[in-house]
Amino acid sequence: MSASTNTDGLPRWATLALLPAINLFAALVVSSLVILAIGQDPVSALAFMVKGAVGSGTGLSYTLYYATSLIFTGLAVAIANHAGLFNIGGEGQAYVGGLGTGLVCLALSGWPWYAVLPVAVLAGALFGAVWGLVPGYLQAYRGSHIVITTIMFNFLASALMVYLLGGPLIEHGQMAPESREFAESTFLPAVKDIAASLGYRTSTLPLNLSLVLALLCAAGVWFLIWHTRWGFQMRTVGANEAAARYAGINARTTIVIAMAISGALAGLVGINELQGVQHRITLNFQAGMGFTGIAVALMGRGHPVGIVLSSLLFGALYQGGAELSFEYNEISPRLVVVIQGVVILFSGALEHMFRPAMARLLKPKTPATAGQRA
Amino acid sequence: MDDTALWIVSLLASTVRLATPLVLASLAGFYSERAGVVDIGLEGKMLTGAFAAAATAAVTGSPWAGLAAAIAASLVLALVHGFACITHRGDQVVAGVAINTIAAGLTAVLANAWFDLGGRTPSLDGGQRFLGLHFPLAETVRGVPLLGRFYGEVIGGQNLLVYLAVLAVPATSWVAYRTRFGLRLRAVGENPAAVDTAGISVPWLRYRAVLITGLLCGVAGAYLSIAQGAGFQENMTAGKGYLALAALILGKWRPYPTLAGCLLFAATDALQARLQGVALPVVGAVPVQIIEVLPYILTILLLAGFVGKSIPPKAAGQAYVKDR
Repeated sequence: MSASTNTDGLPRWATLALLPAINLFAALVVSSLVILAIGQDPVSALAFMVKGAVGSGTGLSYTLYYATSLIFTGLAVAIANHAGLFNIGGEGQAYVGGLGTGLVCLALSGWPWYAVLPVAVLAGALFGAVWGLVPGYLQAYRGSHIVITTIMFNFLASALMVYLLGGPLIEHGQMAPESREFAESTFLPAVKDIAASLGYRTSTLPLNLSLVLALLCAAGVWFLIWHTRWGFQMRTVGANEAAARYAGINARTTIVIAMAISGALAGLVGINELQGVQHRITLNFQAGMGFTGIAVALMGRGHPVGIVLSSLLFGALYQGGAELSFEYNEISPRLVVVIQGVVILFSGALEHMFRPAMARLLKPKTPATAGQRA
Repeated sequence: MDDTALWIVSLLASTVRLATPLVLASLAGFYSERAGVVDIGLEGKMLTGAFAAAATAAVTGSPWAGLAAAIAASLVLALVHGFACITHRGDQVVAGVAINTIAAGLTAVLANAWFDLGGRTPSLDGGQRFLGLHFPLAETVRGVPLLGRFYGEVIGGQNLLVYLAVLAVPATSWVAYRTRFGLRLRAVGENPAAVDTAGISVPWLRYRAVLITGLLCGVAGAYLSIAQGAGFQENMTAGKGYLALAALILGKWRPYPTLAGCLLFAATDALQARLQGVALPVVGAVPVQIIEVLPYILTILLLAGFVGKSIPPKAAGQAYVKDR
């Protein structure tokens, strides 16, 4: 998973815009084929999806709400990737991070949300960071493969949360594996509150203040990766670990730091999902957002701007897919997962398939090179 | 005393049943990884196999047709993996993630669309599944203490695919260590350049390995949905592909130790189900999650070299670029 290999002479604009566009097109073709196989009309289904995702205030609110979580997990995958690490554990880091956020919200009952938020952000980031840092440490100092370790940590996170929500954290007298509800004062302001204060009455909309936090994180990651010493070290280690060592960079520390930051970013999903919407710690609240972050990061080419854009795309797919399955009983909302897989296949695993062909197409044909070939 | 014997026999029988898909899938991983192609897509191939088997068995009524469909579907995904990682030298882990994601989505979407049962396939009856085989004299020796039941319910009484998995272990060991193909397979996972220099095609060798992986994953999937189970459910592999990978790591990428790893994981799983809420001597009731996570913790410790050391095939994870 190379972050930005640019050795084949493909222009930058093609890498940043054309390749994702081709990948998106390929994903659309494959999902159309799936819809056709089900016996439905892909054009009207896809049109319905777009309408469901952005055609109404409610739809747009859900799209942006999903996108918020995906920005966090997409950034998490991307920052590890810049350091040459494939963090497949965003799911577990988000889950455990949400535990930190949830515990803070439970403990600080009665505090106003703006006082709770910084503590909740810190706790979420810290819990997520620990869940990313340990696999990072094991990779850097003990040579275990980060992919396997982070997969195992996903299972550990899941078992830990099932245990906590089934016993120590369960609401008294309830059967459902959930914590009690947070105090209302700690809820993050949502769009519906802002609309209400302006005199509009809306139904419950999930979009909340954490979108702003996600965008701040995106800006922060951009600054960190391209404008700080740490970022430079991460990119160098990612590009060539041996060379980085020769240059005097401590590759091990860099790997641990990259994984900690990656885990911290994934850990912020709980701010959106728990403090923002669910208002209690629930089972599996992160619901695949960590895995979708892989597709988001690949499609966004590891750049924060690309990640925000592809988060919007996948947020729209989630929301549009849900609307679609209400309208067409035959189409499961899991269609989104297929599209996600196809995107990972084309923009991740098959990234070398399109590149050489495009490089050849876009290369200016000069007589000199033509002469050399002959 | 008779209760204890019964308990042990049922625990062992359950261990064998739970170990079977792990054995098939981890042997599948053995071929791919020993050839130098990392495969975290075992999970997705198994899941696709499970769906194809259940859907085909439900429509045709034949478990054999189901098994064939499972193998075919899993082979298609194996080819995708090979196409991405061998032909196009893509990232092997990313390709595996893509396959798992596509499989998770596609099986749910197709099951929902074709059978309209909310992501399940219809329940299969006896004739559409691989049922337990009755061994000769099982009824006669049943009265013999312990051994009688052991013969009837652990050794015998399992379905055909269980015995296939049992046979697959020595077969794999023989192929890998006693045949020319096996020697080349292991060589290509350690030093593909040497194999290439000897005039043997690295891609073709790796493709064959990946196809064997697909075949075995298909059988493992079919086992889940038409032998052990009676139909497909969304995400019914539930991490078994990853657990099989962990068993392969635990077995240090060798067939018999891998089998031991699978049996260990299956035994913890069987034990976990039986210890739910049971107070143990000294420690009292242990949360089942602690037993459940043992395989994962063991794998983490082993990979980190805290208990022994598990070293993967040297060229695993790297695409082979032929020098020009």
